[in-house]
Amino acid sequence: MLELKGVSKSFGGLHVLRDVNLSVPEGSIFGLIGPNGAGKTTVFNLITGLLAPTAGAIEFQGKSLLGQRPHRITRSGVARTFQNIRLFKEMTLLENVVVGAYRHMNYGIAGLLLSLPGYREQERRARERALELLTWMRLEHKANDLADNLSYGEQRRLEIARALATEPKLLLLDEPVAGMNTGERAELMREIIAIRERGYTILMIEHDMRFVMGLCEQIAVLNFGKIIACGGPDAIRSNEEVIEAYLGREDEDDMETTGAQA
Amino acid sequence: MLQQQFVNALSLGCVYALFALGFTLVFGVLGVINLAHGAVFMLGAYAALSVINNFALPLWAAIVVACVVAGVVGVIIDVLVLKPLRRRNAPHLIPMIATIGVGIIINNGIQGIFGASNLRFPHGTVPETALEIAGLHVTVIELGIIFVSFALMAVLMFVMHRTQFGRALRAIAESPRAASLLGINVERLFLVTSFTASALGGIAGVLIGLYSNALFPLMGQPMLHKGIAVIILGGMGDIRGAMIGGLFLGFAEVLSVAYIGSTMRDAVAFGLLFLILLIRPQGLFGKVVQRKA
Amino acid sequence: MSGFDTFWAIYGNLVLTLGTNALLALSIWLTLACGMLALANAAFMGIGAYAAALLTMNYDAPFTVALAGGMIAPAIVAALIGLPTIRLSGVYLAMATLGFGEVVRVTILNTESVTGGALGLNGIPQSTQWWHVLLAVVLVLLVLWRLRRSKVGRAFDAIRGDETAASLMGIDVRANKMAAFVLGGAIAGLAGALNAHLTFFIGPSEYGFDRGVEILTMAILGGIGGLTGPILGSAIVTVLPEMLRGFGDIRLVVNGVILVLIVLFLPQGIWDPVRFKRWMRKGGKRHA
Repeated sequence: MLELKGVSKSFGGLHVLRDVNLSVPEGSIFGLIGPNGAGKTTVFNLITGLLAPTAGAIEFQGKSLLGQRPHRITRSGVARTFQNIRLFKEMTLLENVVVGAYRHMNYGIAGLLLSLPGYREQERRARERALELLTWMRLEHKANDLADNLSYGEQRRLEIARALATEPKLLLLDEPVAGMNTGERAELMREIIAIRERGYTILMIEHDMRFVMGLCEQIAVLNFGKIIACGGPDAIRSNEEVIEAYLGREDEDDMETTGAQA
Repeated sequence: MLQQQFVNALSLGCVYALFALGFTLVFGVLGVINLAHGAVFMLGAYAALSVINNFALPLWAAIVVACVVAGVVGVIIDVLVLKPLRRRNAPHLIPMIATIGVGIIINNGIQGIFGASNLRFPHGTVPETALEIAGLHVTVIELGIIFVSFALMAVLMFVMHRTQFGRALRAIAESPRAASLLGINVERLFLVTSFTASALGGIAGVLIGLYSNALFPLMGQPMLHKGIAVIILGGMGDIRGAMIGGLFLGFAEVLSVAYIGSTMRDAVAFGLLFLILLIRPQGLFGKVVQRKA
Repeated sequence: MSGFDTFWAIYGNLVLTLGTNALLALSIWLTLACGMLALANAAFMGIGAYAAALLTMNYDAPFTVALAGGMIAPAIVAALIGLPTIRLSGVYLAMATLGFGEVVRVTILNTESVTGGALGLNGIPQSTQWWHVLLAVVLVLLVLWRLRRSKVGRAFDAIRGDETAASLMGIDVRANKMAAFVLGGAIAGLAGALNAHLTFFIGPSEYGFDRGVEILTMAILGGIGGLTGPILGSAIVTVLPEMLRGFGDIRLVVNGVILVLIVLFLPQGIWDPVRFKRWMRKGGKRHA
């Protein structure tokens, strides 16, 4: 569904990504991991059009995403959450999610000025869908609270609900469980599986190894801007280069704990 | 004729540069666009005029007084208005709006006290003599402006780049929080910067007052607009940019008056402003990256 | 003469100015709602005023046509300068739009043959009736109200909250900002056109920095959380100088003082729904 071919990105003399190749199959849960500073969020920024690659191609469902502005990319079916949460703090949860439904509202000026049936119908449907998505994320009881009042973990779940409101085919999650406790992580794991069951493809960046190993069918490891390994959880877990990337030259048993702390 | 314009352009450019320096200092270090800077500029001129008229002080003393008065007003603005907003972490356009209000207060206050009509320095404040330097006809005032301006700019450059104090200021310009973590007394340096920036504005005011010999309460407003153009041209927060931008504007204006006509003079600054914003918004020396908290 | 006639004879102009100022405040509300500090509305007002006045005076255009011209002219200019200007953020946008105001002023000064230059235009027919102004305000309020409750209003809020996140929600940030900018310009132009046919004389100095600041003050004073704020702010800014008439130059100082005090103590403006909610939760107890 999503293909990155030979993608490189440099800022002046700083090479952040070097010849990155990724292939995310439709309907999968794909993990992108790597030590801090490896360039993972840059990959997301490139996919969503916030940055342009210095070289390489990015294709979504066979069509190139290069040169397209972010809102167009979202409209083609790619949605994301952010590492440093970017909610609309002065809006309620419901309003935050309804914003995501923007591209599906196609009533015109006449519709909104005269409160025509088309306008009312679409607004109503958007609200219903937003409430439904909040229920998926178990936040519906706080629908009319200000987004600013949520706990960190709840804010992350709201971001996911909001991203889902754009009706994407591919969902990019940037560190979805950062700052959550173990119980919340387990719950989110179940929620993400449920989302995938509904037909979404998921590409996620995460540091929590247990989370990634438990959820992702395929994992790519990024280190210093290069993909050093790609495969299933078992292959990655025992890959020497990956272990070295995280630990230097230390005992491989430490990898899980260190990864969880990163 | 062109050579004569050179002196005009240089003097004008120097005053623009001085004004812009103060403006850009406040933006660079405090992160605020101080739209009261024009009012402070005007205060400098009026302060000098007042002490000459009322106390018969010699010109150099009047300039010092102007400098101090303007500087003190700058500090008052910082303490009363800018600091509370800093403490509240207000988004950075809010202080700018507040300084608009301060400017209005000062401009109209002065108008209430001194009246709206043009005031002049008493006859003989500045020697009317002119000199012949390198075949050019230079008045004492022009010479004084050029000399004072370049001296001040040199001192400022020296302080900024060769002293510990200047390094501290540049650290704050980069990131106030990081600077305070390094042990720099950020608030105190904000006060010093406010004083210096306003003092520079005040001096510029006196110099223009002497040059044009026409003081009026709103004389700071056109300067303010041009100052905006200059610092955007030169790069906001950059001292070299303010100096070069100011000189450039001086020359651009004088040349356009000579070749196109005097009516378009004020438009030159804004024409340039627009062009720069279209092509290279960060100006000659500005940085694209926003400063961190 | 009845009581009302006397009242109108004295305060008629003031009431009508209340209306035009309300329009101006609403026009800058639009751009502020998108998170843009655009200070060009005084210039757009001027363009609208001159366009409408020239249409009536030189071409004997009917009033409606003049008003339409007064809206279309600034809209076109806004569309032209909008694209490069919108891309600027924060401070640069504010400075560029302030600068634009000066450009307009200088252009007016230098096109004497058409605009009368520094002397302005005199003898504009006083066609504005109270119901013109009322209709304009009501219509604009209606349109903006509907806009707020639709996806457009939500898009504006999102853009104001976080532009990047908004664009990743599928919102075309640039198009929405342009729409706000152009529509704001048109509304400001309408206010200018109505005003010109009220005061029968217009000059370039009326649409400069001072007017721009006044418009900004109205919006900031009232608060931009909703549509009530700009109306309230414009009302206060219009009526206050009248109340302070006896004080001479002090009243101009008061404008400045208001601005500073509001920014310092009531940053969200007077009409701040969030603050009201907080008060009500505390059982009406005042909280600073």
